[in-house]
Amino acid sequence: MKKGIFWILALAILALLQSGLQGYIGAYYYQIVIFVGINIILAVSLNLINGTTGQFSIGHAGFYAVGAYTSASLLYYGEPTFRGWISFLPHSAQDVVLLLFGLLAAALAAGFAGLLVGIPSLRLRGDYLAIVTLGFGEIIRVLILNINAVGAARGFLGIPEFSNFFWVYLFALITVVVVHNLVNSSYGRAFISIRDDEIAAEAMGIDTTRFKVMSFVISSMFAGIAGGLFAHFTAFLSPNTFQFTTSFYLIIMIVVGGMGSIEGAILGAILITVILEAFREFGAFRFVNFAVLLVLVMLFRPQGIVGSWSLFRKAGAR
Amino acid sequence: MSILSIRQCTKRFGGLVAVKDLNMALNPGDLYGLIGPNGAGKTTVFNLITGVYTPDEGAIELDGRAIQGRKPSTIAKQGMSRTFQNIRLFKSMTVLENVLASSHMHRKQGMFDAIVRTRPLKNEEAEIRTAGMELLKIFGLDKRAHELASNLPYGSQRRLEIVRALATKPKVLLLDEPAAGMNPQEAIDLMHLIQFCRDKFHLTILLVEHNMKVVMGVCEKIQVIDYGETIALGSPKEIRDDPRVIEAYLGGA
Repeated sequence: MKKGIFWILALAILALLQSGLQGYIGAYYYQIVIFVGINIILAVSLNLINGTTGQFSIGHAGFYAVGAYTSASLLYYGEPTFRGWISFLPHSAQDVVLLLFGLLAAALAAGFAGLLVGIPSLRLRGDYLAIVTLGFGEIIRVLILNINAVGAARGFLGIPEFSNFFWVYLFALITVVVVHNLVNSSYGRAFISIRDDEIAAEAMGIDTTRFKVMSFVISSMFAGIAGGLFAHFTAFLSPNTFQFTTSFYLIIMIVVGGMGSIEGAILGAILITVILEAFREFGAFRFVNFAVLLVLVMLFRPQGIVGSWSLFRKAGAR
Repeated sequence: MSILSIRQCTKRFGGLVAVKDLNMALNPGDLYGLIGPNGAGKTTVFNLITGVYTPDEGAIELDGRAIQGRKPSTIAKQGMSRTFQNIRLFKSMTVLENVLASSHMHRKQGMFDAIVRTRPLKNEEAEIRTAGMELLKIFGLDKRAHELASNLPYGSQRRLEIVRALATKPKVLLLDEPAAGMNPQEAIDLMHLIQFCRDKFHLTILLVEHNMKVVMGVCEKIQVIDYGETIALGSPKEIRDDPRVIEAYLGGA
């Protein structure tokens, strides 16, 4: 009952903001707000594997790219066919169905990529995941650079525009709720036990490989959804968006915000996105901000700005 | 019919034979002691039984099923649990969460229930919470249930390791030096508690302990190993009088 009211209220607020936000703050700020939302999805999902499960992935941009290009190419090439199947619906409802279909495909493709990367590298204990995901991110980018059907190095133009504030923030909310509920359940305890002590977790009947892969695949799926939302918002994709630096920004977000904290990941996503925009006129010099920020955080608050504090979690409620 | 049996197990690390042709048989309800001087191979035996190592030769059976070469989590699910000599608690969790984490494998609700937080999931969560608190109460840890596990004093951390192991509802419990670092009174209290748990939860317990007084006082059957081989097996009295045991511990004359 309470859940129903929460979601109806959330949908109403999002719809209200959607109708007036862009006109009120202008196209430039609107775009920044969207990017903040997408980065929230990416940071919160990355935090599930890096912060909660304690397995260091540095190739989140790779899964983001898989989702973006999957959904974009599917709807770019398939739009007329899909519209034919659901022609009984009004045009705006067709857009919604197409977007959700694209995002589903994006999540499945990125999740499958996560499974392929995760199974061999997560069976081992140690930093193998970091090495493999680093390679994976670059492989995906180089692949895209060489596939002409998705524009290769020229970029992918003319992707249908379905995504907007409403959808981005609805999925950001879904990501936060899903990750929060998962982390605060028996599954979350299994993830955290792996982070704290893998040998003890295994001895307590927790199949560590299985749960590491599970956490990694869920994380990848949300990155895929973020990719789909991004593709259908900008209507243009360039392989440059998915460089290693993108993965690195995401790691900065969760480190600055506080590893393992959902609130921290959200705060980090907002902070880093805004800093990147606010200092745009300084060109490459704006990256100095991150160095300074990281040094300050490490000196004064190594657990991250939020740390392990949680807005929604009572002591011992996990 | 023994509940845990080891037959002719050998484990080598390179040229070193850590365990050689070891035999062991625990009957249901046993409180079985495994002792030996430093480096005798006691912890290796533990690691073989729990699946951390795979024996090079020989067979290990738990409740009639072969378990050698299985993953530790699979063996744990078949009813084996353990504590660690060097405490391995989940440090970022509270005392209660540590206990709840090890009851994960008994959950009935799936991931979808966890994400949507369905009613059956909430009920299940409440049940394991109550069960966890009851276990903590037996070991006098219930008042500190919501503190971080790493903030507990050393002796309490050792007891929490036992509670966490019990929460997996094992048939066989392996305790690796549970009284290490405790004073004599604490050690004796702990041993009474272990006996109590054995009777209450119908456990079979395999105990590795350095503290001779404790082992002699509580175990009904003791096996002594040295250089990976069994040198004596019997009741505490038989062990105490065995010349080979005396030699292994005190050195030959």
